[in-house]
Amino acid sequence: MRARLTPLHIVAALAALVAVTPLVYLVVRTGSAGWETVWEILARPRTLQLSVASLGLATAVAGTCIAVGVPLAWLLTRTALPGGRLWLVVAALPLAVPSYVAAYTWLAAFPGIRGFFPAWMVLSLVSLPYVVLPVAAVLSQVDPAFDEVARTLGDGPLRSFRRTTAPLLWPAAAAGGLLTALYTLSDFGAVSLLRFDTFTRVIYTSYRAAFDRTSAAVLSLVLVALALVFVLLERAMRSRHQQWRVGAGAARRAQRIPLGPWRWPALAGVIALFGLAVAFPGVMLVRLMLQSQRFEADPGAWLAATGNTVQAAGIGAIVALALALPIGVLAARHSDRVTKSIESAAFISHALPGVVVGLSLVYLGLSIAPALYQTLAMLGFAYAVLFLSNAIGSIRSATAQVSRNLEDVARTLGDRPTTTWWRVTARLSAPGILAGALLVLVTAMKELPATLMLRPTGFETLATEMWTFTTVGSFSQAAPYAFGLVVLAAIPAFLLARLTGRRS
Amino acid sequence: MIKAGGAIALAAVAVLGLSACSSGDGADPTQEAAEFVVYSGRSEELVGPLIEQFETATGVQTEVRYGDTAELAAQLLEEGENSPADVFFAQDAGALQVVQDEGLTTALPTAVVDKVPAKFRSADDQWVGTSGRARVIVYNTELVPADEVPKTVFELTDPKWEGQVGIAPTNASFQAFVTAMRVTVGEERTKQWLEGLIANDVQTFENNLAILDAVNAGAIEVGLANHYYWYEKAAEIGAENLKVRNAAFEAGDPGNLVNVAGVAILPTGADNPGSEQFVEFLLSDEAQQYFADVTAEYPLVKGVAARDDLPPLSQIDGPDLTLDQLADLRGTQDLLLQVGLL
Repeated sequence: MRARLTPLHIVAALAALVAVTPLVYLVVRTGSAGWETVWEILARPRTLQLSVASLGLATAVAGTCIAVGVPLAWLLTRTALPGGRLWLVVAALPLAVPSYVAAYTWLAAFPGIRGFFPAWMVLSLVSLPYVVLPVAAVLSQVDPAFDEVARTLGDGPLRSFRRTTAPLLWPAAAAGGLLTALYTLSDFGAVSLLRFDTFTRVIYTSYRAAFDRTSAAVLSLVLVALALVFVLLERAMRSRHQQWRVGAGAARRAQRIPLGPWRWPALAGVIALFGLAVAFPGVMLVRLMLQSQRFEADPGAWLAATGNTVQAAGIGAIVALALALPIGVLAARHSDRVTKSIESAAFISHALPGVVVGLSLVYLGLSIAPALYQTLAMLGFAYAVLFLSNAIGSIRSATAQVSRNLEDVARTLGDRPTTTWWRVTARLSAPGILAGALLVLVTAMKELPATLMLRPTGFETLATEMWTFTTVGSFSQAAPYAFGLVVLAAIPAFLLARLTGRRS
Repeated sequence: MIKAGGAIALAAVAVLGLSACSSGDGADPTQEAAEFVVYSGRSEELVGPLIEQFETATGVQTEVRYGDTAELAAQLLEEGENSPADVFFAQDAGALQVVQDEGLTTALPTAVVDKVPAKFRSADDQWVGTSGRARVIVYNTELVPADEVPKTVFELTDPKWEGQVGIAPTNASFQAFVTAMRVTVGEERTKQWLEGLIANDVQTFENNLAILDAVNAGAIEVGLANHYYWYEKAAEIGAENLKVRNAAFEAGDPGNLVNVAGVAILPTGADNPGSEQFVEFLLSDEAQQYFADVTAEYPLVKGVAARDDLPPLSQIDGPDLTLDQLADLRGTQDLLLQVGLL
C-alpha cells in the first residue's frame, strides 16, 4: 500500500536533505579513492575493534542516561522534592559543560584514570539532560486523568504508572537515549583525554596525524552506519507505543506527590548527581584558577566572546528549529515509510565528529555559496546540521501529546492545516518545541571544531577562547570562559523550567 | 501557552536583533576586507602579541584565524585555490610539507630564508622554519633520580620502565622523531623498538601536555615530549611547583631531534605584499628574540641566542639529518599503523 504524501512530507524531506549535506562530501571523498583503498581501510583489524568499542560505549552511556534520567525527571516534575522547579534549571546545566572540560577536571583530581569506565562516567554525566529534559517535558504535560482512570479500575500506583504514564514516557526517553548515543559516538574531547580508543578518535587521528582525508571519510561513513543502528533501535522501541491523547479538551495539571520521609534521600541523590556533573568540574576549575600564576582577567574579551556565542548559537538554534519543525511534526503524525526515512536521515549528522561536518561545509560552502564562506550564516547553518536532531525528538514527542481531536475541531471550524498547527498544536506543544531549541542552543554554544573552521576570521566564541588557553595548558585562563558557558546555559534553562512547570 | 509561542518568537527576534547590532564590531569580514589573512596553527596565547608587533612594525592590517595545525592544513587542502588565507603559520614541518605536496605553497625569496640553516627549511624553499623545538625526555623528579634518567631512547623498552613511559603517537613531532630513527638505525630496528615499547605497556596520550601532566602527577615516571611544554607548564603553576623536568638523551640519539614551527606563503597570498613582509618579520631579530624569550623556543637565525636555561642548539647533538631525509612521513605512519600505535 502506498502512503499518501502530503505537502508536509515534501517540506520535511527538503529539511532532511539539508541535514545530510555532509554525506555528499563524504561520498565524494570516498569515491575519489577507489575501491581498493576503501577496502584496505575497512579491512584493518582496528576498524572492527573500534566499531565494537564505539558501539559499546554509546550503548552504555545511553542506557545509563535512560536508567537514571527517567526516574530523575519523575522526581523533578511529579514529586514534592524540596527545591521544586529550581532543580529543573539545574538539570539542564550539565549540557553546558564541554566533555573535554569535564574529563580534564576528573583527570586533574585523579591522575592516571583512563579507559572505558571513566569515559562512560564523564559522558553519562554530561549527557544526562538529553534524557531528563524531554522526559520532564512530557511528564509535566501528561494528563493525570489517565492515571486516575486506571486507579479507579483497580490498578495499584505502580501498575497504573506502568500502564498509563510509562507508555507516554518511552518515546521521549528513547529519543533522549538516541541523542546520547549519537553524541557519544561523535565525542572526541572526553575519549581522547581519558584515552579510550573510539571511532571518532581515529577519524581525528587520520586528519591530525596523517592528513589523510580519504581514510577519515571512509571511517566517517562507517560511523554513519553505526549511528543508523541506534536510530533503528530507537524507532523499534518507540513504535510499540501509542502516542497521542484521544480524550476531549486539554489536560489538567497533575498533583505533585508528597515524598514524606523519602524526600531527604531523594534530595541527597539529586544533589550528589548534579554535584558530580556540574559542581565538581566547577570547583576543580576554581582550584586550577587559584593555582595559576599567569591568570589575568580580560573582561573585554570575555564579553565579546559571550556576545558572539549567543549570536552564533542563537542563529544555529533558529535555523535548526526551522528544519526540525516539519520533520518533528511529520514524525508525530505519520508513520509511513517515507516519514521514517526522512526522520532517520535527519539524525545521522549528529553522530559525525564536528571536524567532519566542518570540513564538508568548507568544501561544499566554497563550491556552492562562496560568498557565505566563513560568515555567521554558514556557522549557524553548520550548527543546525550538527544539532538539528536535538530538536526533532522533543518536537515529535510534544506534538504527539496534542490530541488529534483538537486539531480536527479546528479543521472543522475551517482552519487550514498550517493555521491549525499555529493556533492549536504549536501552542500546546510549545514547551517541547522550546526544549528542543534549548538543546540546540546549549550544545551549539560549546561546539569547537566546526566553529574553528567556519566562524568569520577573528570571531571568537567562549568555546574557541577556552580552546586557545587549554592548548597551552592554561586551564586557569580557560576557566572564566567555561563559567561563561554555564551561566549562559542557565538562562534558557530557567526559561524552560518556567514553561515546563506552569501548565494549567 | 500563548505566551510560550510568544517566547520563542521573542527569543528569535532578540537573537537576530543582536546580530544586527553587533555586526558593526568589526567581526563582519565583508565590511572591512582584511588586507592580509594568516591561518595560524600556533596558539593565540603564544603568538598573538607577536602578530600585534608585526602590525605595528609594518602597518599591515592582519586578520588571524587560529586553529589546530593539522585541521587548518586539512582545511587548506579543501579550500585549494579558493582559500581566503595568504600565509600558513604552522606548528610543525609535517603540516607545511603536506600543503606543499598538494601544490599549495609558493617559493619564498631566497635572500630572506637564507638566514635559516638549510637543515630547517624545505629543500626548494617552499616553507621555512621560524623557531626550533627539541625532543626531550621528561621525568618525575620524585620517582626517578636524575642519574637514572634513560640516556638513550632504546633504554625505554627495558622492563624497568614497564607501564611507566608516555608517548603521543598521533603527534607530529613524535612521528618526525620516529622517521629520524628509521633513517639513523634502520626500518627493522625501529620496528623492534616500537614493538618493544608496546610489549612494555607503553602509555599513549593525545598530546605532549597530557604526557607532562601525567608525569608531573606521578601517574607515569617518564615520557617523550617537546621541550617547550615544560616552560608553558612552569608559567602556569610555577617552576617550583613542578615535579616534572626535561632531560636530553646522549649526543646523536634520535630522541634529541630538533623540529621546527614554520611558515609558508599560499598561492592565494602570492600577490599580497603582506605575505613576504610577514615571513621577513618572523625571521627578524625582533621576532626571533620573541621566540627565545616568550615561547622558550630555539631561534633559528644566527646571532639570536636561546634563553640561558636551555642547552644551546649546537650542544643538543641530535641525529645527523637533513629535513629531506625526514620527508617520508607516510612510511612512518604506515609503520605505526602496522604495529598498532595509530
